[in-house]
Amino acid sequence: MERALKGDFVAIGKLISVLEKEGEERRELLKEIAPLVGKAYYIGITGAPGVGKSTLVDKMVGFLRGEGYKVGVIAIDPSSPFSGGAFLGDRLRMQRHATDPGVFIRSMGSRGALGGLSKAAPYVAKLLDACGFDFIILETVGAGQSEVDIVKTADTVIIVLVPGMGDEVQIIKAGIMEIGDIFVVNKSDKEGAQKLTRELETWIELGYKGASWVPPVLMTIAENGTGVDKLINALKGHRKYLLESGELEKRRRKRIAEEISKAVEDMLKERIVKNLNKEQMNLYVDLVLNGKRDPYSIAEELVNNLY
Amino acid sequence: MVEERIRVLIAKPGLDGHDRGAKVVARGLRDAGIEVIYTGLRQTPEQIVQTAIQEDVDVIGLSILSGAHEYYCRRVLELLKEKGISDIVLIVGGVIPPEDVSMLKSIGVSEVFGPGTPISKVVEFIRQVVKK
Ligand SMILES: Nc1nc2c(ncn2[C@@H]2O[C@H](COP(=O)(O)OP(=O)(O)OP(=O)(O)O)[C@@H](O)[C@H]2O)c(=O)[nH]1
Ligand SMILES: [Mg+2]
Repeated sequence: MERALKGDFVAIGKLISVLEKEGEERRELLKEIAPLVGKAYYIGITGAPGVGKSTLVDKMVGFLRGEGYKVGVIAIDPSSPFSGGAFLGDRLRMQRHATDPGVFIRSMGSRGALGGLSKAAPYVAKLLDACGFDFIILETVGAGQSEVDIVKTADTVIIVLVPGMGDEVQIIKAGIMEIGDIFVVNKSDKEGAQKLTRELETWIELGYKGASWVPPVLMTIAENGTGVDKLINALKGHRKYLLESGELEKRRRKRIAEEISKAVEDMLKERIVKNLNKEQMNLYVDLVLNGKRDPYSIAEELVNNLY
Repeated sequence: MVEERIRVLIAKPGLDGHDRGAKVVARGLRDAGIEVIYTGLRQTPEQIVQTAIQEDVDVIGLSILSGAHEYYCRRVLELLKEKGISDIVLIVGGVIPPEDVSMLKSIGVSEVFGPGTPISKVVEFIRQVVKK
């Protein structure tokens, strides 16, 4: 930990692996990290596959580095539901930063909703925060509840769309539009960008009447960096709004409350479910199957037995 | 329950050609339950080692077609050593003349896989050296 705080990337890399595993060791590390966080600004970026999120992150990192900030990136790609393996390719677009001592990039597989790795992403963000990174960018594919949950832990959420393919409809359906603080129409070198931008603006106008923050819609061409300066300005604008309106504190309070309940959940699971051996579990299953007991009274009994 | 996943970096150093072969291997490893960090073409040894560090991988797999395998392997191993890293295994795939295989192994490459090696062989080797 000491080495990590001094900016030793080898140590940071290893500690992240500790945070990826549920259990005692992780909890101890999180305890150490807790008092050291709070300085970094957390940005979530999400959108359909291939819309240019990683390319955009690469350009944002370049821009923020130009201003002297240290940047951490956590890039989450879906794990294969069949093998549990993953092809983590977000880094590919960011490799020019690989040897920059002010940039730390970590790829993670989502490992499914139950596996819990993607759930570790907020912990990794905290570690990077503690280690002195000023901005932490989380990239996830905007599909599935667990990804949305991760992005929601950010201070500012950027949703990326592209013209064509009717993506806007899909995303509206997926229910992730609501979490967007800033909308980006990327690949605006392509036909339909203006139209999509106008559609989004209309949608926002309708949905955000009287709201204290009305999400801006920005056009970018991530590939050549066009519009990235405006995006960074919008980010800073949102941050200012969060600070001045008290919304930042509100969000962070909510986050902390969620963390506490999540930690309780994890500990209970560890203590009860993991101590339950297969035979015992089978006995319970038999009882339920035979109609002698029900799963809920068994759960009650297990929890009560802890004390 | 979360079992530990093996993490492998697949990188292609040098200026040559395509990364089809590397991608096929990457897919195969993924299908075997491994997490593959893929960085694509034209990686310098510095980029490769920094990436391996940040991603805390168990294995670095280099795909080399250019004939410069000795240089890249030496350099990567040297940089790892400089950083005090001894627990990352280096494997190489691609077109390596048979007479160079033992030389590569003598400088610290753990295994060399020629063209047409079945992915299952690579997986088996990785599972064996990375005991997770
Ligand atoms: N024409 C055009 N292509 C772009 C632009 N931005 C990114 N691309 C291309 O879009 C493709 C996907 O880019 P990525 O940055 O990998 O997209 P992503 O959203 O991170 O993809 P996933 O992580 O796989 O979901 C690449 O081939 C990029 O070169 C852009 O502004 N215009
Ligand atoms: Mg990406």
